[in-house]
Amino acid sequence: MAKITFITSDNETIVAEANSGSVMELAKDNNVNGIDGDCGGVCSCATCHVHVAAGDFDKVGAPGEIEADMLELEDNYNEHSRLCCQIDISDAIDGVTLHVVN
Amino acid sequence: MIGASHAGVNFAFALRKEGWEGRIVLFDKDPVRPYHRPPLSKAYLTSDDPIEKHSLKSAESYEKEQIELCLGVGIISINRDTKTITLDTGEIQVYDQLVLATGARPLMPPIPGMDTAHQLYPLRTAHDVQQIKAALGDGKGKRAVIIGGGYIGLEIAASMKKLGAEVTVLEREARVLARVTAPEMSAFFQQLHAEQGVNVLTNKNVVSIATEGADNIVHCADGSQYPADLIVVGVGIRVNLELAKDAGLEIENGIKVNAQTQTSDTAIYAIGDCSFHHNPLYNRWVRLESVQNAVDQAKVAAAVIAGKDASYNSLPWFWSDQFDVKLQMVGLSEGYDELLIREEESERKFSAWYFRGDQLLAVDAVNNAKAYVIGTKFITEGKQVDKGKLIDTDVPLKPADLIKN
Ligand SMILES: Cc1cc2nc3c(=O)[nH]c(=O)nc-3n(C[C@H](O)[C@H](O)[C@H](O)COP(=O)(O)OP(=O)(O)OC[C@H]3O[C@@H](n4cnc5c(N)ncnc54)[C@H](O)[C@@H]3O)c2cc1C
Ligand code: FES
Repeated sequence: MAKITFITSDNETIVAEANSGSVMELAKDNNVNGIDGDCGGVCSCATCHVHVAAGDFDKVGAPGEIEADMLELEDNYNEHSRLCCQIDISDAIDGVTLHVVN
Repeated sequence: MIGASHAGVNFAFALRKEGWEGRIVLFDKDPVRPYHRPPLSKAYLTSDDPIEKHSLKSAESYEKEQIELCLGVGIISINRDTKTITLDTGEIQVYDQLVLATGARPLMPPIPGMDTAHQLYPLRTAHDVQQIKAALGDGKGKRAVIIGGGYIGLEIAASMKKLGAEVTVLEREARVLARVTAPEMSAFFQQLHAEQGVNVLTNKNVVSIATEGADNIVHCADGSQYPADLIVVGVGIRVNLELAKDAGLEIENGIKVNAQTQTSDTAIYAIGDCSFHHNPLYNRWVRLESVQNAVDQAKVAAAVIAGKDASYNSLPWFWSDQFDVKLQMVGLSEGYDELLIREEESERKFSAWYFRGDQLLAVDAVNNAKAYVIGTKFITEGKQVDKGKLIDTDVPLKPADLIKN
């Protein structure tokens, strides 16, 4: 079980939990504003961009190659950027906070 | 809102986001809560996940945003004088603004024997896939014939092969993907499928299907025959424009709209696969079949209805996943006069760059998101690419290195 905190760009805080699936799916199931997931989670659209809270980045890990390349195009890219459809939910990421970029 | 798929659903949520407080009612004849279509030929076909895993929005989202979702309801006519639409239940719904997002349906060519064939399906809806999955069972040893070698046909072929079926693709043209990409890309995909054991055959014009019991034989014009337990037809689509046509709206290769996505009646909008629109970046009228176009037009329509100044000027993009190959495309390549292929060191990783003179029109990137992203940047910013550096593998794929000075 992992509990994830989303903070949207209009400062709404949403806490959600799940055992499996991707963080993007969790965000959509919980109506998190700014996570559109247009491509359905195949790392093709970059509409699921989040900044991982600095202290949590090690838990979540760095993006893979394709994801990192996709992120480069993003306006608000920073060193804690991830496309959250590429983050799998597991105990390892329990308690992390994600700032929704859009 | 008529049609609740990528265009319709995104429109409804975008309209709420724009601050619209009136009623929003979405109608769709498909009874299933709106879902992503792209996975239908990919992840949804190959896994046992329920369709809800691919929902566009959760059930609670519609409630939260007070978006009324009327599923399993077809619209049969539009009356522009009374500003009403008629449902197939006979009921009448009034509107202030009407949005058509009726999309498209699979084209079923008039091939003799199609009606009586055993286990023959198109692939556009969740229901189609459920039927195909049931027919396929565990896949092993089932003979599947796919009529049509476009993106959807090839994706279905890759998915079915993964499931263990014996797959044959019959394409009428001399190459697969003939309508949508360059010969070089067609050759790559043809070889990819051959290596994975899919029987991809071109110049195969299907003329009839003979069926006895559960056995189908697909006959081609050249006399060849292919036995099939299951047939999937993927030869293209027909736009759902009958409602618009009957209502007297202007029609060309789709429902004609202006930059604000309004039809010839400004109280009626048309977005997504059904819209024939002008793309200012390419100065061309187009009809696109892509999630990008559906979503971007939905946003424009929502902004316009909410009283904002908005017009459509998106750069088209698209993707396709087959086996371990991720294809990402950006731009419109039509009208190109030069194609440059940039190879990378790894296998099955390259990109195709389409030019007209010095202008970069489009990029097809295979397992190469970097090329896709750089292509997007260059096209949007109208920057020129140094062609010599582009095809020189020793020059890293970085914007700064590729700009023509
Ligand atoms: C198998 C498959 C794979 C695809 N893969 C990709 C991909 O990888 N990338 C990509 O970008 N695009 C892909 N596409 C294309 C993409 O799905 C479409 O561009 C997108 O669905 C268009 O959305 P739309 O809302 O305009 O139309 P549609 O999705 O066609 O939806 C139209 C809706 O309107 C409803 N409707 C029509 N007429 C009526 C009526 N009279 N009354 C009530 N309801 C009505 C229909 O039931 C339907 O639900 C794929 C499509 C398919 C079928
Ligand atoms: S949902 Fe498209 S990139 Fe994450």
